[in-house]
Amino acid sequence: MTDPIIRLSGIDKFYGDFQALYDVNAEIRTGEFFSLLGPSGCGKTTLLRTIAGFEDVSAGKVEIAGQSMENVPANRRPTNMVFQSYAIFPHMTVAENVAYGLKARKMPKDKIATEVATALKQVGLEGYGDRASHAMSGGQRQRVALARALVLKPKVLLLDEPLSALDKKMREQMQSELRHLQRAVGITFILVTHDQEEALTMSDRIAVMFEGRIGQLASPQDLYRRPVNRKVAEFIGVMNFLDVSLSAGTAGTFECEIAGLGKAIIPAEQAPGGVDASVTAGVRPEMLTILSGENARSEREASGIVEDVYYYGDMTYYDVKLDGVDHPVTISMRNTAGRAVLSRQDRARVGWGAESVLLLK
Amino acid sequence: MSGFTKWRRSEEASGWLLVSPTLVYSILLLAAPLAMVIALSFWTQDYLDLDKTFTLKNYVEAWSEPIYQTLMGRSLKISALVTALTILLAFPVAYYVSFYVPQKRKPLWIFLITIPFWTSYLMRIFLWKVILGYNGVVNGSLLGLGVIEQPLSFILYNQNAVVVTLAHAWVPFAILPIFVALEKIDRSLLEAAEDLGDGPLRRFIRVTLPLAMPGVVAATVIVFIPTIGDYVTPRLVGGPNGLMISNMIELQFKKANNAPLGAALALSAMFLVSVISLVFVWLNRKYLVGQK
Amino acid sequence: MKSGKLFKLYIAVFLVFLYAPALLLPVFAFNDSSIVSFPLKGFTLNWFNVLWETEALHTATKNSLLIAVSTAIISTSLGILAARASSRYKFRGQKAVMGFIMIPLVLPEIIVGVSLLVVILQMGFDLSLWTIVLGHVLICTPFCVAILSSAFLNLDQSLEEASFDLGQTKLATFWLVTMPLVLPGVVSSMLISFTISLDEFIIAFFLAGTEPTLPVYIWGQLRFPQKLPSLMALGTILLILSLTLLATAEYFRRRSARKTGIEDAGGFL
Ligand SMILES: Nc1ncnc2c1ncn2[C@@H]1O[C@H](COP(=O)(O)OP(=O)(O)OP(=O)(O)O)[C@@H](O)[C@H]1O
Ligand SMILES: [Mg+2]
Repeated sequence: MTDPIIRLSGIDKFYGDFQALYDVNAEIRTGEFFSLLGPSGCGKTTLLRTIAGFEDVSAGKVEIAGQSMENVPANRRPTNMVFQSYAIFPHMTVAENVAYGLKARKMPKDKIATEVATALKQVGLEGYGDRASHAMSGGQRQRVALARALVLKPKVLLLDEPLSALDKKMREQMQSELRHLQRAVGITFILVTHDQEEALTMSDRIAVMFEGRIGQLASPQDLYRRPVNRKVAEFIGVMNFLDVSLSAGTAGTFECEIAGLGKAIIPAEQAPGGVDASVTAGVRPEMLTILSGENARSEREASGIVEDVYYYGDMTYYDVKLDGVDHPVTISMRNTAGRAVLSRQDRARVGWGAESVLLLK
Repeated sequence: MSGFTKWRRSEEASGWLLVSPTLVYSILLLAAPLAMVIALSFWTQDYLDLDKTFTLKNYVEAWSEPIYQTLMGRSLKISALVTALTILLAFPVAYYVSFYVPQKRKPLWIFLITIPFWTSYLMRIFLWKVILGYNGVVNGSLLGLGVIEQPLSFILYNQNAVVVTLAHAWVPFAILPIFVALEKIDRSLLEAAEDLGDGPLRRFIRVTLPLAMPGVVAATVIVFIPTIGDYVTPRLVGGPNGLMISNMIELQFKKANNAPLGAALALSAMFLVSVISLVFVWLNRKYLVGQK
Repeated sequence: MKSGKLFKLYIAVFLVFLYAPALLLPVFAFNDSSIVSFPLKGFTLNWFNVLWETEALHTATKNSLLIAVSTAIISTSLGILAARASSRYKFRGQKAVMGFIMIPLVLPEIIVGVSLLVVILQMGFDLSLWTIVLGHVLICTPFCVAILSSAFLNLDQSLEEASFDLGQTKLATFWLVTMPLVLPGVVSSMLISFTISLDEFIIAFFLAGTEPTLPVYIWGQLRFPQKLPSLMALGTILLILSLTLLATAEYFRRRSARKTGIEDAGGFL
């Protein structure tokens, strides 16, 4: 594997007495699409800005391409940023915006012109160079901001919630365009977002942050399938939690009794964060099945009463109160041909398997 | 990195560095001169020289001589009247612009209200003399309409004329802060008050007025304090009974050549208006807190 | 609604009160009578001719212009520094410092005039046009700080960060990004301080040496009834000048607001 392009070691950040980052350690690989995901106020922007050089770290080290960034100001770091507000210079044309960084590098005029044209083409704004920048729509400004940063060929492109100001349709379009663009230019992207779906669909790897700490850094699949703790599991997708009591298992497995479901033997890899007294069982809605019809069978079966039905057309979500548990679990079912939709107060047979259960601290 | 270099690069240092030229200017030309005036007020003028031995004589004189007492009392009274009149005039206008004028036209209205302020200050005062004079606009119109038979003489060369002229000069400065305070009021609060059963008048007294009070207080301070320092208006339209303390201060500094007494008078006047303003602000706070 | 009508009537009366002096000024400037009072006589341009021929007035005007231009430049520069410091940086004592700088806004002008007079005489300096500039800068700076602070606050901070991020130095960023975007604020700050200085009398009267400013000259002339009509003409010219300057400032502000696409927030002061 290639060396990491960015290495963050032991980063603390204080604003006065308030600590915004706690001992952040991470390595970001060359050429990957990396996301920082977390709830509002968890320190995503702060971390991004320490990488960009807008904030000094209070402790720890930022290294980019093997170089320590201590005492390197933002204008001399090999990173560029796409701001949440895009920060397009309103008094300049589109082309002047894109040329801004090249001019700072004292590049000859004709060379600038060709570079700018290439960059604009890359983001799909061919021929827009002479437009006044304030006459551009939100999506177009976004592209100008991208072109302006990419034209400098930074080692890392930093994006702070670049899509949050766009409407839903535009956002989805830009998500796939960004992904394509990143593959085409091969530059490492670090994207800040609080939208888990956006992070899951776009990223190679994601760091989930809570209150100034990285909770888990993993690929989207690992994050969804093997969250290391309750907090991550709750933040990414929907997770049902059920009480569990452990009895000693054999090596590499845990034998347990899950409230409402029953006994199971869970392999250790389904407890990625380890276990202790506080452990609970987590089950994703799609890992449970409502068995309908006499013939439907599952490895294991539990039963309960349907408390609520949410019909979405292609899917139906059920809140089912399992026998012996006070809070309902959510179960999602695809509405395939011929599958009956249950109603409230119906009795439901719930199918599950040991492989659908995670043990989470 | 040493502590100092770190500080030098900090936000704190940049802020201080940037503000320092302006701050130094204010210290040299405001704080230092004021300190000098304070010192001077404890000295004695000895013809062309200054006797720098400490004395309270100037203050004793300033506070005990009947002429100064009269002038001081009259000045405070006039300033207070001007402030009250200004705010009474300004509030409905600010209210109108804030609540009745469409959003787009508000800047234009504010502009319209400030235009007269750009007429030459001396001319403006002088023109009030023309308006209020014996053969002036007011008398002319009233005579023409047959409302009066003799020109009114009580409207010029007295305190009324001073109050009217000063109120006219200061009214834009009172409208602006009140307007800003009114603009800040969340309109849904007013709807909420109405929804909860308040009629227009009760709503105004219970919601609008308390929320507009910060603007009124600001306007009061902005008008009341500087008004005491005007010596042109009383001189031009006040007549002998309309003179104010500033005319005396000016006299002491210039013709009478008794700068220490002038300083004591000026500082006493400043002291009184500041104390009155502070009490006013404080009372208001109490009133507003009491509202909750 | 009846109260609505009353309200409008009040506003109309108020506007008449507000505009009365400003409207009378041109009336008497063109009135063919050497007494400034009603009834009006014929129309004349004579009073403007008198102005043209009065040497002392020209000197006073030159003095005033010199003072006003110097004041505008110095107080705007000081205003830029203070406004920038207050809007972009946080430092201990910031509120106290800014409050102190704004004090002249509520200080009676006579106090400013008197205290500067005392210091200048005590230090053994002579009164001159420059001593007036010192006083005017002091009272204009708070206005400049107020105008420029809002200009700096309206500027999206990420624009400056973007410039820095794209490789420009801090100084270049200031000239390439910050200045062009706050320029309308700078222009209004200059125009307002120019206008205040041009019209300021109380301080100028205390600090003027042998050379009078325009208001000091006017003050001297107010004693002579036969000079009054020509003063009305002068006042008319000054009013038109002020309004032109303000309209220009407003025009530039609007144009740049349009150019930069910033929502028109409107308004002076
Ligand atoms: N300049 C600052 N001074 C003081 N506190 C700050 C500063 N900047 C950020 N903080 C605090 O640090 C914490 C993290 O802020 P940050 O902006 O990094 O959050 P975020 O994860 O980007 O949130 P959001 O999704 O809302 O943008 C917040 O509690 C914020 O209040
Ligand atoms: Mg953020």
